[in-house]
Amino acid sequence: MFGRLSLDAFPTDIITIGGVASGGAVVLAILAFITYKKKWRYLWNEWFTSLDPKKIGTMYAIVAAIMLLRGVADAVMIRAQQAVLSQTDLNLIDSDMFQQVFSAHGTIMIFFVAMGGMFAFINWIVPLQIGARDVAFPLLNSISFWLFAGGMVLMNLSLALGEFSGAGWLAYPPLSGLEYSPGTGVDYWIWSLQIAGVGSLLSGVNFLTTIFTMRAKGMTLMKMPVFTWSIVTSMLLVAFVFPILTVTLTLLGLDRLIGTHFFTSDLGGNPMMYINLIWAWGHPEVYILVLPAFGIFSELVPVFSRKKLFGYKSMVFALSSIMLLSFMVWLHHFFTMGAGANVNAFFGITTMLIAVPTGVKVFNWIFTMWRGKVKFTSSMIWFMGFAITFTIGGLTGVMLAVPGIDFQVHNSLFLVAHFHNMIIGGVVFGFFAGLTYWWPKFTGWKLHEGLGKIAAWLWIVGFLVAFLPLYALGFMGAVRRLDDYDPSFGWQSLFIVAGIGVMIIGLGVVTQITQIGYSWLKRKQLKVNSDPWDGRTLEWATPTPVPDYSFAKLPIVSDRDAWWEMKHAKTKVPTKYEDIEIPKNTGYGVYIGLLSTIVAFSIIWHIWWLVILSGVALVVVAISSTLREKTERVITAADIIAIEGKRQRSVL
Amino acid sequence: MNKLKDTALSYRTELGFWMYLMTDCILFGCLFATYAVLRGSTAGGPSEAELFDMPMVLAQTLALLTSTLTAGLMLVAMHRKRSVEFKVWLGVTIAFGAAFFAMELNEFALLIAEGQSWQSSAARSGFFALVGTHGLHILVGLLWATVLAVVVHRRGFTQKNIRQAKLFALFWHFLDVIWIFIFTFVYLVGASNGI
Ligand SMILES: [Cu+2]
Repeated sequence: MFGRLSLDAFPTDIITIGGVASGGAVVLAILAFITYKKKWRYLWNEWFTSLDPKKIGTMYAIVAAIMLLRGVADAVMIRAQQAVLSQTDLNLIDSDMFQQVFSAHGTIMIFFVAMGGMFAFINWIVPLQIGARDVAFPLLNSISFWLFAGGMVLMNLSLALGEFSGAGWLAYPPLSGLEYSPGTGVDYWIWSLQIAGVGSLLSGVNFLTTIFTMRAKGMTLMKMPVFTWSIVTSMLLVAFVFPILTVTLTLLGLDRLIGTHFFTSDLGGNPMMYINLIWAWGHPEVYILVLPAFGIFSELVPVFSRKKLFGYKSMVFALSSIMLLSFMVWLHHFFTMGAGANVNAFFGITTMLIAVPTGVKVFNWIFTMWRGKVKFTSSMIWFMGFAITFTIGGLTGVMLAVPGIDFQVHNSLFLVAHFHNMIIGGVVFGFFAGLTYWWPKFTGWKLHEGLGKIAAWLWIVGFLVAFLPLYALGFMGAVRRLDDYDPSFGWQSLFIVAGIGVMIIGLGVVTQITQIGYSWLKRKQLKVNSDPWDGRTLEWATPTPVPDYSFAKLPIVSDRDAWWEMKHAKTKVPTKYEDIEIPKNTGYGVYIGLLSTIVAFSIIWHIWWLVILSGVALVVVAISSTLREKTERVITAADIIAIEGKRQRSVL
Repeated sequence: MNKLKDTALSYRTELGFWMYLMTDCILFGCLFATYAVLRGSTAGGPSEAELFDMPMVLAQTLALLTSTLTAGLMLVAMHRKRSVEFKVWLGVTIAFGAAFFAMELNEFALLIAEGQSWQSSAARSGFFALVGTHGLHILVGLLWATVLAVVVHRRGFTQKNIRQAKLFALFWHFLDVIWIFIFTFVYLVGASNGI
């Protein structure tokens, strides 16, 4: 009846029960609060069913923020184990659980925090920057979000029911095969990523179409803001590589479900095939995440330096060449697996080549600041932290690209330190800088600057303290994913330093939560107009809070810094408006996300009748979603005048 | 909805659909690559030359090619606003597509009966995954065509239905192209390897 789902699926160890109980309590409290406040109808009508990319962006951001907290908690557990617990007799985290913790940490941080944060920015900013009211396929956008949310729910459900994968964030076979991982863990990993991944793929197609067909009049490709350019390159990568992930996960899933032999070690299966496929997706994935961060910095550095971006064309060129090169380097993840010297040399050289366009970008940002009137807001502190940590990470990356060095430090903590340098120093700092920069556009009030600066410093210092020791540990021979080591190796002191670094980062996170809470309390004092930083691009041309239709009149662009140009040419606010049609809300996104999640859940637990039932329901709902007749609602010119009348400025 | 907006929407939808097809191309590319890597790993089982029933595959190919031709004729009928003709050609397309699909299922059943299922070896896993994924696409296409027939019957040639019909034809042509690749690289190469 319930497949392999039975009472045994509930957790028994103390830490998991604690995690489930506290997480469950928070979720229940929130649900009770919503019910008590009678807000369900409001949430459904205004948020869950909304096709407005701004609201979908906010929902992405909320999911990503919650997942960040869980990811950080996992990181704390990993470091606590390595610094202290493993050297005592307390067996709080056994090796089985430790495996699940580091697998969950990696999976969550990449798929749900970084991807979620990226789609939050894309949804909010891209349509505004190109002067569009919505995206090319609004319903598809909602479906993408709910698939992402469904993947997130499944991933977290593994805490309470069954187990999570212990095979690392990329689940190499044969370890992730049925023979060595017979439980539900790897299945949770496969299916939560599968539905979230399909969501990302659809988003990629959606935003490419949006950017290619819906730009404001006059905005040629070479007049697009650099953030939008970064999204073009990032989404092209999504469209090219997410199908590879879909295939890879499906084939691994088939090996586990119906006994195929793609990646098994018997009957001709080829685990190396998996490793090639997953990295053909995995390497570009890192660039999918970091290119938008580059885009964010390219927006805020000119604004806070009060200068045009230095070298726009070279920025676009650098983004594009990074995009192209990222397809040609995947083998550097397994130099040690015996491809031979010539192959390794080729991939080593292509990897080193990436440093060139990346260096171009760093210099362009620095030249943008050169002789500018630089304002050191907290966004700029994130940028400075990025410039330093990312450059360190880039240098160690070039070291790892030398096959000879890679043979020494492969799979060691040196590698772990390197990619955290890129992902925390690059992606995370970029997203925090962007969050601070665009927050006034999202909410109408600024985040408290003082607390923001403290948080940025805590993160930067904490990061260096947490990860520089790992380079040393890597040289000393400490491999990654280590839950125990012999005290005589003398590693413990460095692990303790790294643990202190994690605690400093934790303080940074607490400061950020305080910052948001405090700024919310003081939102009256922190209230700002619609263009608080004297911005240059079109998102600052909209009123704040941004109305559903975003632009009362679609802008016409004549310059790269379109909004700067309009302000200085004193383009008048239009007084005549026409009716605007915007997409009507619909619940189909929620239904499709929910049904997909049920299908995935029942596959994980082998509840075959439910697979068929929910699968058929999914097909029926998907078909009927295409048959909707009236998909738009009208905002009349009179309503627009009423809203636009309250605007605080005199130019467009 | 005014005309200008409709043209923009058509353009957008077509571009988006082309991009989706591109991603699907990569999906099949991965399956082809996996198949090519694993095709020799039969774990002592029979080679493809011993398994493939080429006359049957030829019949399958002809059925699919014919259905693509009739899908084209369906579009012609649509441009001439001939509703009955449109539905007839769409029906014929579905019929040939279904015949293709039935023959494929039959082929799979025979292979399994001969003890060569996807569990037998990596080579068979690769074969079933590649050909099966194409078959799954055909099934989706058949479902789409059926829904399209019903919708056009009920609502006539609305802008939206015209768009849908064009996209369906595009999808069907795409599956045809993929099949040509499968026919060549899986069946022809596989059958001649034993000679
Ligand atoms: Cu890489």
